[in-house]
Amino acid sequence: MAMSVFRFARRTWASEDLEHIAPVPLPKMATPAVVLSSLVVIALLLFVSIGPLVWRQDPSQQWLSQISAGPSAPHSVRLIRDNGPWQPPVSEPVQSLVVHDANTEFVRLQWPQIEGVKRYRVYRASAHKAGLGLAIAETDKSYYQDQLQLSYQIYRYTIADADSGLLLLAREVRPEAAISLFEAQLQGLVPVGKSRRHAKWLEIPGHPLGTDALGRDILARLMAGGRTSLFVGVVAPLLYISFGCIFGAIAGLAGGWVDQAAMRFVDFVVALPFLLFMILFRVAFGIGPGENGIMPLIVAMLMLSWPGSARLIRGQVLALRGQAFVEAAKLAGVSTSRVILRHMLPNVLPMILVAFSFAIPQAIFTEAFLSFIGMGVSPPTTSWGALCNDGIKTLLSHPRQLLLPALFISVSVLAFNLLGDALRDATDRRAGVAKA
Amino acid sequence: MDADKAKVTLALATEPPTLNSAVATDTIASFILAHLMEGLLVYGPDGELAPGVALRWQLDADGAHFWLREDARWSDGKPVTAHDFVFAWRHALNPKTASQYAFIFYPIKNAEAVNEGKLAPSELGVRAISDTELKVEFGSPCPYFLSLTAFMTFLPLREDVLAQWGGRYAADEDKLTVNGPYLLTKWVHGAHLQLRKNPQYWHSASVRINEIDMPYITADPSSQFNLFRDQQIAMAPLDTGLLSEAVKRGFDIEYFHTGSLYFLEFNFREGRITANRAFRKAVQRLIDPAVLVNKIIGLPGIQPAYSLFPVTVKGLKRSFREEYPVLRVDPDIAAARAYIRKAKAELGISEIPPLMLLAGDSPRALQEAEYYQYLFKNGLGIELRIDQQVFKQRLEKMRRGDFDLVSAAWGPDYDDIMTFADLFASWNDNNRGRYNNALYDRWIRVAQHSNDPRTRFNAMAQIQRIVVDDVPILPTYENGALYVQNPRLRGVRRNIFGGDPLFRYAWIER
Amino acid sequence: MLKFIAKRLLSGAITIWFIATATFFAMHAVPGDPLTQEKAMSPTVRAQLEARYGLDKPLSEQYQLFLGNMLRGDFGISFTQENRKVNDIISKHFPISAILGLAAVLIALVGGVAAGTVAAYYRNRWPDRLVMIGVIAAISVPGFVIAGLAQLIIVAMNNAAGKTLLPVAGWGSVNHIWVPALVLGLGTMAYLSRIMRASMLEVLSADFNTAAKAKGVHGLRLFWHHQLRNAVLPVVTELGPTIAGVTTGGFVVELIFAIPGLGRYFVQAVQQLDYTVIMGTTVFYGAFLVLVVVLVDISYGLIDPRIRLHGGGGR
Repeated sequence: MAMSVFRFARRTWASEDLEHIAPVPLPKMATPAVVLSSLVVIALLLFVSIGPLVWRQDPSQQWLSQISAGPSAPHSVRLIRDNGPWQPPVSEPVQSLVVHDANTEFVRLQWPQIEGVKRYRVYRASAHKAGLGLAIAETDKSYYQDQLQLSYQIYRYTIADADSGLLLLAREVRPEAAISLFEAQLQGLVPVGKSRRHAKWLEIPGHPLGTDALGRDILARLMAGGRTSLFVGVVAPLLYISFGCIFGAIAGLAGGWVDQAAMRFVDFVVALPFLLFMILFRVAFGIGPGENGIMPLIVAMLMLSWPGSARLIRGQVLALRGQAFVEAAKLAGVSTSRVILRHMLPNVLPMILVAFSFAIPQAIFTEAFLSFIGMGVSPPTTSWGALCNDGIKTLLSHPRQLLLPALFISVSVLAFNLLGDALRDATDRRAGVAKA
Repeated sequence: MDADKAKVTLALATEPPTLNSAVATDTIASFILAHLMEGLLVYGPDGELAPGVALRWQLDADGAHFWLREDARWSDGKPVTAHDFVFAWRHALNPKTASQYAFIFYPIKNAEAVNEGKLAPSELGVRAISDTELKVEFGSPCPYFLSLTAFMTFLPLREDVLAQWGGRYAADEDKLTVNGPYLLTKWVHGAHLQLRKNPQYWHSASVRINEIDMPYITADPSSQFNLFRDQQIAMAPLDTGLLSEAVKRGFDIEYFHTGSLYFLEFNFREGRITANRAFRKAVQRLIDPAVLVNKIIGLPGIQPAYSLFPVTVKGLKRSFREEYPVLRVDPDIAAARAYIRKAKAELGISEIPPLMLLAGDSPRALQEAEYYQYLFKNGLGIELRIDQQVFKQRLEKMRRGDFDLVSAAWGPDYDDIMTFADLFASWNDNNRGRYNNALYDRWIRVAQHSNDPRTRFNAMAQIQRIVVDDVPILPTYENGALYVQNPRLRGVRRNIFGGDPLFRYAWIER
Repeated sequence: MLKFIAKRLLSGAITIWFIATATFFAMHAVPGDPLTQEKAMSPTVRAQLEARYGLDKPLSEQYQLFLGNMLRGDFGISFTQENRKVNDIISKHFPISAILGLAAVLIALVGGVAAGTVAAYYRNRWPDRLVMIGVIAAISVPGFVIAGLAQLIIVAMNNAAGKTLLPVAGWGSVNHIWVPALVLGLGTMAYLSRIMRASMLEVLSADFNTAAKAKGVHGLRLFWHHQLRNAVLPVVTELGPTIAGVTTGGFVVELIFAIPGLGRYFVQAVQQLDYTVIMGTTVFYGAFLVLVVVLVDISYGLIDPRIRLHGGGGR
């Protein structure tokens, strides 16, 4: 999204600001803002790392009997053996709209043949809502088996004449919670085999945040998705900032034509339209068979995002190189590597830290955006962005599926931004002026 | 929508890549062209074939003869003649035109040779006897030829207009001449198309919608739905996420069978596990199209598929599927596992290695793939890796055979069972899995060389049986399209062939 | 000075060449080509098409051809929008992206300056808090969520009013611009309001402000001539890169609001592997970004002579 482009640019400018600031020794970091945002970050990390140990549901397990269900507690469901095609016993003509069986696998309806009606249309609605609801089928028979995404609620079925639209019969039905034998076998709830002696009722686990469009536990998916998002969010900046630092340091230390050439190259990379190239790289790398798509994502980010920190570090190195204490150390015969390690590194470290903390929300956003347009991770791996992408399709009917992952993205981005702000304020002497 | 002006406003999913009927391939172009142009025959208000430019016709085993009406006019007032058809067909078959639908002419005598550049276009077996008489010679039997004449590649073209614009023909609203019920009055690329009633059209009096305005181009169904809710457009497609919202708002939800079949295709190339029949049988016992349709897709109007032929395929008198019912295989995990054991024994391996499922990048394709992935893992203990690719890359990988399984789809090109049947003949380039079964090929040849409907359909019943028995593909669902439509807009045809949706016979109720 | 400008322009040109080359080879590394189609193509048809688009030549030759054409400003014909020149596509659709981007920047500028000023005036009181909460919300909610929600809100508004107050999507009138531009500019607005707040705080505590007050300058005059003018400077210097970023980055907004901007064409082109459109749009966007950067550099050079000293060295 546009904002991503802009935000990336912003970090670059912020770091350019920093170029002109003289380095300061590490000041007091433990401001309330730092503590608070660090706590949120730690909470998020715990959520994605310890969470799955506490909430032991498989994020890719699909409960087909509970597609897009709301929050639920563990409960028992009826085991349904035969959910194939059905037709009512011929011997029993009916006088009204009769329900032969009703559970969340199927609702079997039969009604009397009505003279003059060629085709019937079957409507289904939630009982507590007005209107006919959804036309689920048209048939010339006087019975119907409804299997279309039934959930545990009261339905109202209405039979109408398909040609004239005349309403003929209606009735409310409450299907029993059920699971098909096939699914129960698939989930390992009952053994696979010829045995016909299965328990009539089965216990199934609850879903505190409900399930998604494939019946997967949203809480478990948020944890799994967060692992990817935070992993990408931390590892990608770590890599590209490290690379940028080394690149910038070499350029700054070498000076001369090496520096010139290196900085020209940085200019080129900066000029590449970021998102356009991100997408292009992503498609060019593709996702190899069975890969989860995290590596190409990180590599693409690495290739495009390093110049900011390269410029920052080069500027710092150039500034430091001329300073008295470095000159003094050199004169005292301290080796170059020692000068870098002991004198320069401590001076630039706070700046790198700030750049890093701003880069994380950036990377999280980029990952979310790419996953959102379907160019991110590959299933069964998921991420918050990918969850948003799944969720936006059901925004109107199940807003939870979009809002929950969006909330997690927002909270983590917010926490890292606040942390970055706080760190910058702490390292930036001018901040004191502005705040005064 | 405006009843006083008889104007309908719509949103387009994408812009038509071209409106040149000789090279157009996509559904959007087909929809626009169905309103701008008229072929020899057209689809009538009830989906039946009706006279278009041709007033009457005669179809024999070895050819067809058309008598054209004299009052058919181009939009510049010139009469539509048999020569315009002869030119258009020769032009489409000319190898220089590089028309991708050239193959659809192949039943016509010499068509294939012309298309390959072996014969001059003038050798094509089609002749204008006079301005109003057209004669077609067949090279092979073509009992479905009449329905072909309603297809867009068979539309007439004006030689002088094409010569005038050359490569820019039909690139803008002023660069084409039409002979159908509507004129293209506005084409702002990427933003706006507008059609207005064509006063030169011979049956202009029967066209009741004066203007079809398409000021929105967006493929995002939510945007289209929001536009509909805001009463800006008269029709909008629905997907899974929007369905319940549409129901809640009490909109009339309609659906129609698009005539297309979705299926899993197996790779039969050397060394692929999927070439093993026992393995494919295991997959057949594992994947239940009914579960996929009812639980995962969850849209009314989409039907589970058990046959290579959707229910919309015509048989002798009724639907082919009613006349020749298909055997339904029930899902059974125990049986599937037994088949896997058999496959392992036959292949001499102790473990089935991870398999690649090539999938598209649409939301539904991804959901479907994730479902299969889960089924394979929990049901058979096989790791299925999803290779999700954007459009062109997926097609390229399919062509190269770079997959074990691929979820694919096929929409009919012409109104005959053969458009599905010959898909898996060993010589068909669209047979991406390289399925090669002598028996299958033999039945296809029997049908292709016969003009007798009963012989043809009996052969097709054999094909249907082979597909269930040998599982060259696993049919999954027959696609339906859901949409909401303004209840005052009536008579809109949803077509499998001949342009969809069709407003030619529509009107607005007051 | 002239030498400095010439140097800047030259390096800009090299950058564009670099972008073009990188795009060209990245694009050709993707499997498949724009001619790949749903239905299998006969070899004759394919050969004809390849010859028509010059895809039958070796890659190095295609690259040379492309460079030659690019120098003449010709990007060829689109593969998917047959009959349309890439130059046509760019010249028709870029202005739309540009209008949207400019409107977004304008909204962001006005909104950001106003919010930042208010926040600074009421430092640490509720208006300040409110602005800061808004800023935080704007930078931490993903843009695609905001765009989707904005559409829902318009629909709800229109339904409540019983008429179309604002169009949900589309392009063509002034009313079509507001909401997408606001969504697009929201992040920038948040950023600018933060800068504005900080700089306004600095101005408010500066000596000249006190001096002006002492001289008896009051009210609007004080605000307009002394405070705003000085405080807005850092905001204005951010505008160049912001315009470039927003103008080239609006494609999700374009997708969701059905706006026929250039960004949408690029995404489509990448998915369809439309070589010519990919090359055209990337090079064009790259050139646009480079141009903005060069202009900014030159204007800095004109304003601040110090920069000229190490301007050639690449800062």
